[in-house]
Amino acid sequence: MLIQQLANGIAIGSVYALISLGLTMVYGILRILHVAHAGIYALGAYIGWFSFRLLGDFWLSLVIGMAGAAIAGYLVERFLYSPLLHLPRIAPLIVSIGLFITMEEAFRIVAGPHTLTYNASIGLGNLSIGSFHLTETQILILLVTFVILIILWTILTRTRIGLAMRACAMDAETTSSFGVNVSGIIAVNFLIGSAMAGAAGVLIGVYDNQVWPTMGSLPAYKALAIVVLGGLGNIPGTVLAAIVVGLAETFLIGVLAIPFPRDAVAFIAMILVLMFRPYGLLGKA
Amino acid sequence: MPYGFVMISGYLITILITVIVYAMLAHSLNIITGHAGQISLGHAAFFGIGAYTSALLYTGAGFPFWVSVPLAAVVAGIVGALLGIPCLRVRDDFLAITTMGIGFVVEAVFLYIPFFGGAMGIGGINLPGWFGREMSKPEYFLLILIVFILLILLDRRLGRSWIGLAWSSIREDEQAAEAMGVDVVRFKVMAFVLGSSIAGLAGGFYAHFLTFIMPQNFGFGQSIVILCMVVFGGIGTRWGPILGAIILGVLPEISRPIMEYRTLIYGLLLLAMMRFQPGGLLGEESILPKILRWIQYRPSEQG
Repeated sequence: MLIQQLANGIAIGSVYALISLGLTMVYGILRILHVAHAGIYALGAYIGWFSFRLLGDFWLSLVIGMAGAAIAGYLVERFLYSPLLHLPRIAPLIVSIGLFITMEEAFRIVAGPHTLTYNASIGLGNLSIGSFHLTETQILILLVTFVILIILWTILTRTRIGLAMRACAMDAETTSSFGVNVSGIIAVNFLIGSAMAGAAGVLIGVYDNQVWPTMGSLPAYKALAIVVLGGLGNIPGTVLAAIVVGLAETFLIGVLAIPFPRDAVAFIAMILVLMFRPYGLLGKA
Repeated sequence: MPYGFVMISGYLITILITVIVYAMLAHSLNIITGHAGQISLGHAAFFGIGAYTSALLYTGAGFPFWVSVPLAAVVAGIVGALLGIPCLRVRDDFLAITTMGIGFVVEAVFLYIPFFGGAMGIGGINLPGWFGREMSKPEYFLLILIVFILLILLDRRLGRSWIGLAWSSIREDEQAAEAMGVDVVRFKVMAFVLGSSIAGLAGGFYAHFLTFIMPQNFGFGQSIVILCMVVFGGIGTRWGPILGAIILGVLPEISRPIMEYRTLIYGLLLLAMMRFQPGGLLGEESILPKILRWIQYRPSEQG
């Protein structure tokens, strides 16, 4: 029972981590709260759903969903954020909120207000040992998240681009004086972060077996809370916070059966943590 | 014919009251975001706290309107202070998300705690009485208008006082303000309390006009609508947010297609305004004031 809840919590936390990582990477380098990131997540789900309908192969649809989300994220950065960087920080935040609302409405108008079923056969099979069950989609989520995190970690710590990304997050101006193409690094950040959000969208689409216009609403706010919990811009902190929130939601609602909206858990955790550690769980002042 | 006239004026008065409540909300958010430069993404929470306080005092405790509505402003202000003090210690980006979180938590409290009526909300809140009868809607509108004019006069006075100067110094450069000896946290909390209590007052007026309230009236969407009005009219200008509230409040009422795509239009407006006219309609560098100045100064240049 306990191990079962643990597995459920980690599976949900993994998806949160995938969404939140892009957000924290964007914040780390541009200091923008990218609310529309959740719109990119929903867009990834829609592209994945559409390409699955067209091609009938799940893995291909996952890749196409990620690629579509990555391109969309890149375009948002080029045409909406980069012209606003000289303005007060509230300006890109408001643009981001406006873009998010617009995307949700666009999904509703283009794809219809109803939910679309994303009934993909993945070919992994369920796993059960005694009373412990992992559904096929849970295995899928754990597997894909694990692979993506390994790839991200390798890029960040083992490649020149990753070194430049980390340097830009620390101090973009100094990094550019060393001859690093900062706007290129920003683009790479958006491409990688948005691809992860797109993957999360496809995974949740399959996990819940549905894709719907406002599927980004909850992740939009929850991912922000998780990113703050982890200390804005802090990558390991964000993964930790995502897993903590996933576990907290599963345990508070599943085990203790508190009649409380599970979606408020992330925010209450965030407000509590901020009172004592104003820069997040792993953040430094 | 007289019947039709009454119908039209009834509809008109509904729009007028809705618009003036929105104008009050936009004005109050402008104190926090425009004057003191502190972004708030959960302003509807204080609107809701005011509405629920007034509704509970009126229907539950039997207080008259004239007591319950001022108390709504007081309670919203106190909650604003309690939440504002820890919030305002954090950096601006944390503040944006924390205020958003407050909005969600407050909405969840209204929705899940039976004391607040749950999803069904609270009903049976009536228009105020005076001279031994219930106030008519046009009279109620005039009452709100008078209160609102007083608030704008207060805002004018504050703008010319020390508080106004301290706020603009914080907005322009917080660290410089602190270095000059401005008690940054105190003035931020002041702006937060004043903005919250005006929002609470608007909530009280709104509850007594709607006669029943539900948690959904005070969610994140509502916060964004208020923010949109402020941004559209011009953050930090005195008349911009009010103009924004009037335009964005009236447009959906007079045009059916605008009503249907209301959310899309709000989203696109936020996007396009910030991208191309970050000052809003009445901002210093925006097109409208430039045209007005041009019209104003042209004759003198010729002469």
